[in-house]
Amino acid sequence: MDETIRDVLTEHGRLAVDAGSIDESTDLFASGMTSHASVNVMLALEDAFDIEFSEKMLRKSTFESIAAIRAGVLEMKDA
Amino acid sequence: MTDRSTATVDQGSNGVPEDPWTPFRDQLLAEGLLVPTGVDGLYGRSGTYESVADAMDRLVLRVGADQAASSVRFPPVMPWATFERNGYLESFPDQMGSVHTFRGDERDHAELLRRTEAGEDRGTLLETTDMVLCPAVCHPLYPTMGGVLPDGGRRVEVYGYCFRHEPSTDPFRMQAFRQHDYVYLGTPDGARHHRDLWLERGLEVLSGLGLEVASVVANDPFFGRPGRMLAANQRNEELKYEIVTPVYATQRQTAISSSNCHLDHFGSPFGIETPDGEVAHTSCFGFGVDRITLALLHRHGPDPDGWPAGVRTQLWP
Repeated sequence: MDETIRDVLTEHGRLAVDAGSIDESTDLFASGMTSHASVNVMLALEDAFDIEFSEKMLRKSTFESIAAIRAGVLEMKDA
Repeated sequence: MTDRSTATVDQGSNGVPEDPWTPFRDQLLAEGLLVPTGVDGLYGRSGTYESVADAMDRLVLRVGADQAASSVRFPPVMPWATFERNGYLESFPDQMGSVHTFRGDERDHAELLRRTEAGEDRGTLLETTDMVLCPAVCHPLYPTMGGVLPDGGRRVEVYGYCFRHEPSTDPFRMQAFRQHDYVYLGTPDGARHHRDLWLERGLEVLSGLGLEVASVVANDPFFGRPGRMLAANQRNEELKYEIVTPVYATQRQTAISSSNCHLDHFGSPFGIETPDGEVAHTSCFGFGVDRITLALLHRHGPDPDGWPAGVRTQLWP
C-alpha cells in the first residue's frame, strides 16, 4: 500500500522532495504540496484504492503525511 | 461574494411558495431600479440605481486616498491564458463564462439559424475563443504585475464588472456585477496587514451607511468534492473574510464585501517577486458595489432622496 501511496505522490504531489524515499511522517504540505496538488492526490488515491473519502475526511490533515494517508485509506477500506 | 446560505421558503399570499427575496425583487422592478432582461441575475440599472453605485465608487476612492494606489480598469472580458494559469478553471469551472464565436461556412450558418429557430442546441456550431468573462475584478491585474516589486510592495485600485454563472432570481445574486478592489502585492506580512486594514475600513464605511454589518470567516464555493477540501483549508487558515449584512430575515446573512489573502497563489504563476527575490504574496479587499447598492435600497428604501441625512452626507458630501 505504501508503494502505491508514494507512486501517487510522485505523480500528483508536486513535492520538492523524492516521494519514494521521504519518511512516512514528513509533512507533505511543508514539502511543497499545494492545496490543489492535494486535491489531485486525493482523486488519484480514490482511483488507486477504489475508495471514496467521506465528507469528514476531506480536510488537509488526512493528506498531511504518508502515515496519515495510509490511516485514511485503511479507514475508508474498512468503511 | 460567496454567500450560499439557504433561505427559508414562505407561503405567498396565493398559496404558492414564495422566495424570501420576492417582495424586494418585485419592488426593485416596480420602481424601475432594476430592468429585467429575461435572464435571471442579469439586469439593466436605472439612473437612480447608478447614482448610488457611482457615489459608492467615489466613496471607496476617498477612503483609499491615503494608499498611494495606482488605478487600472480592465474590460469585463479577459484572456483565457490568465484564466487557466490563475487556478480558476481548477476551482470554479461551473461559474465560468466562456466566450464563443462562429467560424463555420455558409452551410453551417444556415444550420445555426435553423437550430436557433427550432430552439435546438447551438453549442456544437460555436467555437471557443481565447477569452473568458472576467470572474473577479482583480484577476486581469496579476499577469501585468510580473517582475520585481518596489520596496513596500504595490497597491492597485481596480473597479469593474465581473461575471459568475449562478442564475438566481435573488437580486443579490446577480450574474454580472461590480467589484471595487484595493489590491496589495508584496510581502506575506504586508498582505495580511492590507487585508486587516481594509476589513476594518470596510466595516467602518458600511456601518457609516446605516448598514448592520459584521465580518465573518468565509470560503469560496469551490467545485465538487475536492472543493470541500479546499474550502475547509481556506476556512482553517482564515484566508477569506466577508462583511455580511442581514437581508430579508435576520437569520440570512448576505455578503456585501470580502477580503482575501491569496498567499502566493497569483505571485507564483505570474512571476511577481519581492525585492529580496521571494515570490510575492497578494491580498485584496473588494467592495461589492451592486450588493451594497441593493443593501442600501433595502435598508433605506427605494428613493435615495429620502435616505437619512447622515447616509446621504457619506455618499454625496
